[in-house]
Amino acid sequence: MTLLFAASELCVRRGERAVLSGISFALRAGERVALVGTSGAGKSTLIAELHRALEDEAALCPQDLGLVDALSVYHNVYMGRLEERSFLANLWNLFFPLPAPRREVTALLAEFGLAGRWREPVGRLSGGERQRVALCRACFRRRPVFLGDEPVSNLDPEQGRRLLRQVLERHSTAVVALHDPALALDCFDRIVGLAGGRLAFDRPATALDRRFLADFYLDRGGVS
Amino acid sequence: MIAAAFPDFLKRLGRRPVLAASLGSLALALLLLPTLDLAVHRQDPWPELARLARGLAVPRVEEWRELGGALLTTIAFAFAAVPFAAVAGVALALAYRMWAVRWLCACVRAVHEVFWGLLFMQIFGLSALTGVLAIAVPYAAIFARVFADLFAQQSPLPGRAIGWAGRGASGWLYAVAAQAWPSAAAYLRYRFECALRASTILGFIGLPTLGFHLESAFKEGHYAEAGGLLWAFYLLLAGIRFWAARPWVPLWCLAAWWLLPESPPLQTSLLGQFFGHDLWPAPLREGDWSGALRWYGAELLQVALPAAGRTLAISLVALALAGVSVLGLYPLASRAVARRLAPAGHALLLFLRATPELILAFVLLLLLGPSALPAVVALAVHNAAIVAYLSAREADRLPLRPDAPRAANLWAYEMTPRLWPRAAALLAYRFEVILRESAILGILGVWTLGLYIDTAFAELRLPRALFLIAVTAALNVAVEACTRRLAVGRGAFAGG
Repeated sequence: MTLLFAASELCVRRGERAVLSGISFALRAGERVALVGTSGAGKSTLIAELHRALEDEAALCPQDLGLVDALSVYHNVYMGRLEERSFLANLWNLFFPLPAPRREVTALLAEFGLAGRWREPVGRLSGGERQRVALCRACFRRRPVFLGDEPVSNLDPEQGRRLLRQVLERHSTAVVALHDPALALDCFDRIVGLAGGRLAFDRPATALDRRFLADFYLDRGGVS
Repeated sequence: MIAAAFPDFLKRLGRRPVLAASLGSLALALLLLPTLDLAVHRQDPWPELARLARGLAVPRVEEWRELGGALLTTIAFAFAAVPFAAVAGVALALAYRMWAVRWLCACVRAVHEVFWGLLFMQIFGLSALTGVLAIAVPYAAIFARVFADLFAQQSPLPGRAIGWAGRGASGWLYAVAAQAWPSAAAYLRYRFECALRASTILGFIGLPTLGFHLESAFKEGHYAEAGGLLWAFYLLLAGIRFWAARPWVPLWCLAAWWLLPESPPLQTSLLGQFFGHDLWPAPLREGDWSGALRWYGAELLQVALPAAGRTLAISLVALALAGVSVLGLYPLASRAVARRLAPAGHALLLFLRATPELILAFVLLLLLGPSALPAVVALAVHNAAIVAYLSAREADRLPLRPDAPRAANLWAYEMTPRLWPRAAALLAYRFEVILRESAILGILGVWTLGLYIDTAFAELRLPRALFLIAVTAALNVAVEACTRRLAVGRGAFAGG
């Protein structure tokens, strides 16, 4: 399988503090990787590094979502593929949504439980709804790789699992930071544990169980 | 005893920078006080004041057609100018990283709308174009800075999530411009209000807006008529929300161009003459560089510096008076102190801050005669009302313990110590505005830079006028740079 990303002994510093130290990590096309670890373990930094390396190959769903509150749900999703149309078409679409992308976006929104909500300003949505809009935007980008930073943290477990599956179906490769051990075991084929900016483990999901992950969180200062 | 306590007092003051700056400005203002002519030159201003109050209380509209026409022209100037300024402002904001653009904008916005009006009047005469440009040009430079700040403040996350790497107009449109839109729209609304005031003020230099009719009504002593015009002005500002509601805005923007007064045809041959010849002193036109330098040196020493000094002195005294007035005015509008009288206090502050300094000063000049006093009072009262209003709003939000003292003690012990740092920062920010306005008050005959600029224009001594405008701009830029460094927090978009 093609190698998409490879780093050995990767170090990232924020001022004095080392956020990542000595991480060796490789990502091959077709892999589905869950990143686990307590808050501040370096998951977001690793996702950002991956995004920087993969650039246009990847669709990113950042932890803070990066939605534009003043725009509607439709526009926030449409934003995912601006390069397909000219500036003037994009400008026009801002005021008068173009029919073709509108059909595509509304269909996608329906799959994520946001049917009929396309006109609403994103600023008025609840946390879970906002997260679903960000997932829609990532899917709308149609990139081979999905990079998600706790993309379903605001959804109830059942809905989170269903939507995560949908997102994974649409991408051949994925790296997702998660807090939920069950979700990591069920939906991914490789799990990478980070602790204090270092690699704690990197194993196939089949070689791990819930107890192991629960202990891993306990050891690192509490489950969030 | 006092002499021994003084160094100790200074040492303690050093630990309280806001108090030190406030007391320092007050002391400086007191030192400058003797240099200003603050006499009342009118024998007995009270009967006149009574007539004025009667005129305000019982306003009259002489001719509704005339009033309607003046209102529409005032609105038309603002609606014609602001969209242009906004578009130009966005373009400049995108290039704001270049130092040349930053400097150009700083210089352009340092020149007051009225001075731009006087300058453009030399080229375009008393025409619609003069009024539109007088507002649009400085506003474009103001928009440039505000929008550049605004764009820079937006979260980079949406851009990152859609793979926009800082290039490409579409990504900017969706990820940056759309994010900035709510703040930009609020600022546009605020600026539009300022443009209405500027448009009114431009009447004082002859454009047919409300200010023009106000000036003649006051000058001729028709106070009831002047009262009617003033009330029309207040209603215009108070009702913006209704007559300029969002759906109406595009319509107004188009209609503005029909509503503008007719312009005489532009003679392009005059433009070359103006820029190539009229604006420069004779030695410079003849290529005599050392002579030109001598001319500018003489202007600087004999006219510009004394006038700039006096403008600064008036502004500083006005600032100190404003500071003292804030302390007295804000409790009037604070619910905790004034209790049932707070709405009346709010009304007073609203009235004072809605009236532009120029109009206040103009009325005071009529009443008190020509000295620096009307200028100082007008500047102090208007700006104090703005800061006092914001402080009163803040005061009502202060969490007070149930057994807090009441009335004067509440004011002295609980509120003022907590509110003053922010009020002082706002006043420091307002100082720029006070300085700009005090230069402008010269066109009414107060001895500031504006007086010399206005007379230079009247005497067609354009090189002197241009040079003095440049000096005024330099003074503004310098003071802006200083207060930016001093002000603790920047007071956002407070007041006009």
